[in-house]
Amino acid sequence: MNDLDSLVQQARADFAAAADSTALDVAKSRFLGKSGAVTQQLKSLGQLAADERRTAGARINAAKSEIEALLEARREALRDALLAAQLAAESLDVTLPGRGADKGGLHPVSRTLERIETLFRSIGFDVADGPEIESDFFNFTALNTPENHPARSMHDTFYLEGDDDVLLRTHTSPVQVRTMRAHVAAYGDRAHMPEIRVIMPGRVYRVDSDATHSPMFHQVEGLWVGENISFADLKGVIGDFLRKFFESDDLQVRFRPSFFPFTEPSAEIDVAFMHGEMKGRWLEIAGCGMVHPNVLRHGGIDPERYTGFAFGMGPDRLTMLRYGINDLRLFFEGDLRFLSQFR
Amino acid sequence: MQFSEHWLRSFVDPALDSDALGQLLTMAGLEVEEAKPAGVPFSSVVVGQILSTEAHPDADRLKVCKVDVGQGDPLQIVCGAPNAAAGMKVPCALVGASLPGFEIKKAKLRGVASFGMLCSARELGLSGEHAGLHVFADDAAVGTDVRELLDLDDTVFEIKLTPNRADCLSLAGVARELAAITDTPLTLPEVAPVAPTIDDRRAIVLDAPQACPRFCGRVIRSVDARAQTPAWMKRRLERSGIRAISALVDITNYVMLELGQPLHAYDNTKLTGAVHARFPQPGETLLLLNEQTIALDADTLLIADDAAVLGMAGIMGGEDSGISLETTDLFLEAAFFAPDAIAGRARQYGFSSDASHRFERGVDFALPPVAIERATRLILDICGGQAGPVDTVESTADLPTRPAVRLRPARARQVMGIALDDTQIAALLTRVHLNVVSDGDAFLVTPPSYRFDIEIEVDLIEELVRLHGYDNIPAQTPKGMLSMLPRPEARRDLWQVRRLVADRDYQELITYAFVEDAWEADFCANAAPIRLANPIASQMNVMRSSLVPGLVNALRVNRKRQNNRVRAFEIGRCFLRDTDAQPVAGYHQPVRIGLLAAGPACAEQWGVSTRQVDFFDLKGDLEAVFAPVTLRFQAQPHPALHPGRSAAVFADGVGIGFIGELHPKWVQKYELGTAPIVCEIDAPAFQAAGLPVYAPISRQPAVVRDMALVMDQKTPVSHVLDALQAVAMPIVKAIELFDVYQGKGIDPEKKSLAFRVLMQDTQRTLEDAEVDAAVAALVQCAEAKFDASLRG
Repeated sequence: MNDLDSLVQQARADFAAAADSTALDVAKSRFLGKSGAVTQQLKSLGQLAADERRTAGARINAAKSEIEALLEARREALRDALLAAQLAAESLDVTLPGRGADKGGLHPVSRTLERIETLFRSIGFDVADGPEIESDFFNFTALNTPENHPARSMHDTFYLEGDDDVLLRTHTSPVQVRTMRAHVAAYGDRAHMPEIRVIMPGRVYRVDSDATHSPMFHQVEGLWVGENISFADLKGVIGDFLRKFFESDDLQVRFRPSFFPFTEPSAEIDVAFMHGEMKGRWLEIAGCGMVHPNVLRHGGIDPERYTGFAFGMGPDRLTMLRYGINDLRLFFEGDLRFLSQFR
Repeated sequence: MQFSEHWLRSFVDPALDSDALGQLLTMAGLEVEEAKPAGVPFSSVVVGQILSTEAHPDADRLKVCKVDVGQGDPLQIVCGAPNAAAGMKVPCALVGASLPGFEIKKAKLRGVASFGMLCSARELGLSGEHAGLHVFADDAAVGTDVRELLDLDDTVFEIKLTPNRADCLSLAGVARELAAITDTPLTLPEVAPVAPTIDDRRAIVLDAPQACPRFCGRVIRSVDARAQTPAWMKRRLERSGIRAISALVDITNYVMLELGQPLHAYDNTKLTGAVHARFPQPGETLLLLNEQTIALDADTLLIADDAAVLGMAGIMGGEDSGISLETTDLFLEAAFFAPDAIAGRARQYGFSSDASHRFERGVDFALPPVAIERATRLILDICGGQAGPVDTVESTADLPTRPAVRLRPARARQVMGIALDDTQIAALLTRVHLNVVSDGDAFLVTPPSYRFDIEIEVDLIEELVRLHGYDNIPAQTPKGMLSMLPRPEARRDLWQVRRLVADRDYQELITYAFVEDAWEADFCANAAPIRLANPIASQMNVMRSSLVPGLVNALRVNRKRQNNRVRAFEIGRCFLRDTDAQPVAGYHQPVRIGLLAAGPACAEQWGVSTRQVDFFDLKGDLEAVFAPVTLRFQAQPHPALHPGRSAAVFADGVGIGFIGELHPKWVQKYELGTAPIVCEIDAPAFQAAGLPVYAPISRQPAVVRDMALVMDQKTPVSHVLDALQAVAMPIVKAIELFDVYQGKGIDPEKKSLAFRVLMQDTQRTLEDAEVDAAVAALVQCAEAKFDASLRG
C-alpha cells in the first residue's frame, strides 16, 4: 500500500521537476506509459486472488487518477508560465507616440465665419454669396450712394484697368440688393412674401494697409426684411449675437448714432468686455441700421409695406478679439506657425 | 473736425465735465475720436518780469536775475538762458512749482541762492523751442498764472463727423447741437452789419446760377496785412489744427471755423472788371495757391474776372489773385455753391480742402451775408481799413428749398419699435429747431436752411432716435415667421468640405486675391490678366485666375521659415475674363479649392520611413475627400506643372480641375527646393456628394480570382480597367488593381498589372465553369485590346 502512496509522491515530485512539456511527457511515461509504474501495478493484478483483486484494483485506479490530475495540473501551470513569458516579451512602451497622419485645421477667420453662420442659422438666417468684382451700380448706386456722394470717399476703392463700370466690392452690402431682387423674383407674387433673413459673408477690398487694415478683409452682412421689423429688433438680434459669439453674458453692447447711405437710422456697434486685457474699452465692431427706403426700392421691395434692418460686421476683428491676436496681417501671410494654432 | 472745448463753451456751457461732454457728443452722432489736454500738466508758473540781470560771480554762462512776480519782494533767480534781459516778461516757476518731470525747490547754483526758475517754451510743453526763455507780450500782467494766460486748461476735441452732418462743421453748429441735446442756452456771437465808409464795389455776375445761386462780395481798402493776429485767435486756430499764417488769412479761416462759411479774400488790385462764377472754357488752366497748375475739367465751377481765372469755386483759390503781406485792398467773397457743383471735384484733381469738404456736404445758404459781416468786423478791428458796401447777387429760384417733410408718428413708432407719443415726438423735433406743424394724424416738419439731411420721413425718424437716445431703445427679441431652412443632403456645404480636407492634414490659408502679374504669366500662362487700376503695390497688381500661385508662395514663405513640410489649402474666388459671365458681365468668378502638399509624406515620426510626398498621395487625398463620387484622371499638360506628371480631373464626365507636380523650372525660379504637388478643383464639384443608393447584399459565397496581365508599360491603367469593366459578365462584381510590377522577370518595356476579380450571384452558388469563362473573357479582352499576355 505504501508503494502506491510513494508512487503518487514520486509522480508529484517528478512532474514538478519537469521544466517543460517534453520533460513532463518523459515523466508521464514513467508512471502512465506502457511500461510505467502504474501500468505495471495494473498488470500485476492478475496474480492476485479475485477478492483481493477488486480492492487492489480500486486502490491502483485511485492512485492513477491522482497522478493524471497531477499531470494535468502541471501541464496547465507550464502553459500559463509559457503564456506569461510570451506576454512579457510582447509588452510595448505605451508612451511611444502614436503613428500615422496628422490633421490640419481651418483658418482662424473661417472658424469665426462658421460660428457666425451657425449662430444666425439657429434663428433662421440663410446664407447668400455675391461676386467680388462687383458693378459700380450694386456697390454704390443701388445702396443710395450716387456718384460724387461724399460717402464714396469713405471707401478707398480698387478699380479695374480699362473698365469704369466695375470695382472690387468695398463691402458685402451689394449682396443685399441682389438678395432682395432674387427673393422678390421667387416670392413677389404671393399675398404675403416670406421674410428675408440672410447673412452674406465674404471678402471685400479697400486701398488701405497697416497693422489694423488689410487691402483684403472679410465682412459679414446681415439682412432681415419683413412687415414689421424695427430698430428695437435690430438691437435685440445684434446684442444676442455678440453675447453668444463671445460666450459672455455680461458683455456690454453700445449702439452709437452714425451714418451710412444705405441705412437710416444708422448706428455703429461698440462692445466692451468686463474681463481681460480689453476690459472696459469700447471697441468698434460693426455698422448697422434700418434699410434705407431707396435701397428697398432698388431691391424691388415696397418700403411702405416692408421694413428691415441690415448690419455689416468685421469677422477679422471679431477673430482678433476672440483669440487675442494683435496683428491683422498675420491672417494673410500664410505662416503655418501661426495658422496651425487654430486646429 | 477739431476744436477747443473752451471756444465751444463760449457759445454753450452745459454743466458737464469734459469726459461727460465728449460722451454726450458721441452718443448724439458726433463721435469724439480724441479729447486731449491743450497743455502739459504743470503748476505755479506765473508771468514774471526781469528787473535786472547781473553776471554770476563764479560761472560765465549764468546770470543772477531779479524777477518781479507780482507778490512780495522781487525774487533772486539764477538763470542760464542767453536771452535773459532786464524788462523782459517770462514764465517764472515759483518754489514749489511742479513741471513735467521735476519740482522747483530753493537751490544754490555755484554758491548763489536761487528762488525759482525762468522757463523756455519747451519746459512748459508749449513748443519745441529751447534756445532761450519764452517771452510774453508786454501786455501780460505780472503775476498772472501762465495756465490762465495761455488758456492751457483747455481740451482739444477731435470729432469724426459723418457726411450727413455738414451743419456741425463749425463751432456754431456743434454748439447749436449741444444746446439742443442738453437744453442749455446758446449764445452765438452777435453779428451786426458794418456800415460802409467807402463806395468801392466790384460787379458780380452769376453765369451758372444753378451752381452758384448766391454770392456776397465786398471791397475793403487800406488794410494792414502785416497786423498781428491776436493771441486768442491764433490759439483757437491752432487748437483746431489750422496753422496761423497772417491776419487776413487767419480771419477768413476763423470765420469758417466759427460759423461754417468758407470765405475767400482776393487782392482787389489784381482783379479786372467783374467777378464771375462760371464753368470753364476749353483749355483753361489755373495756378493754385498750392503752386500746382491744373487743366480745368468742364464740370469744375470757377471764379474768374474779365481777364483771368481766379480760383476753383468753393475748392481753392488761385495763386495770382491771392492776398499777400503786401496787400492793402481786398475783395472778400462769401458765396453759396450747390453741393452737386462741388461734390467729387477736388477728389477728381487728387486733393481736398477745408472749403470743398464743407461745400460738397452743404453749407448753410443763409450764411454768406452773415459771415461777410463777421469777417469784415474782425478785419477792421485787427487790420484796420475801410469797408465798401456788401453786394449780394443771387438767383433765388436756384437756392435750395426746404419743403416740409411729412412725418407719420405711427410710422415712426413702428420703425423705432418704441411707443413715443405725438407730443414727445413734436417736442424732440422742435429741440433741434425743426418747425413742426400738425396736419391731420401727421406732422409737417420744415428743416432750417443749414440742414441738408432732412428730405424724407425716415430722415426725421433718424433725428427722433438720435434725440431720444439710442440707449433708450430697448433691445427686443424679434418675432419672425418660422420656417425651416433647406438642408440638401446630396450637397456638402463648404464647411464640411473644409473639415474633410483639413482632416487629411491640410491647413487652410487665406491669401490675397490680387497677385503679381509674373505669377499669372508663369503659373497660368495668362498674358492678359485682370489688372487693377490702382494697385496697393506692384506685386499685387492683377487679380488671380488660379489659387496655385498663392499656395506656392505660401510654400516659399514657410520654407524660408525652416518649415519644410507644408500641406495647405485655400477656398476662394478666382477671376477670369468671360464676356458671358454672370452676374457681373465680363468677369467669371468661380469659387475653387486649391491644395498643395510638399516635403515628407508623413510628419517625421518613429517607425515610419521618410519619403517625399508624390502625385499619388495628393490624388489619394482627393479621391478620399470626393468619395463616394469617383474621379477620373487623364494626362494633360498645364503651364504650372511637370508635363509628365499632370492630369485633368473629371467627375461625372465633366472637367473639374487639374492636379500635378509643379514644373521643375518654377521650382528653380521660385527657389522652392523640392517640387510641391498641387491641385485646383471647382468648389461646387467638391460639394456634390450624391445620395446613397441601396443595393441588396448577396447571401451567396463570392469567388475571388487573381490575374496578372503583362502589357506595354505606357498603357494607362484606367484604360485597361475601363475595357475590362465594359466586357465583364454580370457575375463580375468588382475588378481591382492590387499590384503594379516592373523589373526582374518582365520585359523592361512592359509592366505587370495584377487584378483581383470578385464574382458573385445574388441567387445561387457559382459553378467553376462560369467563373473560368468570366475570367477568360477578361483576359481575352486584355489580349485583344492591349496586346497583353497572362503572366505565367
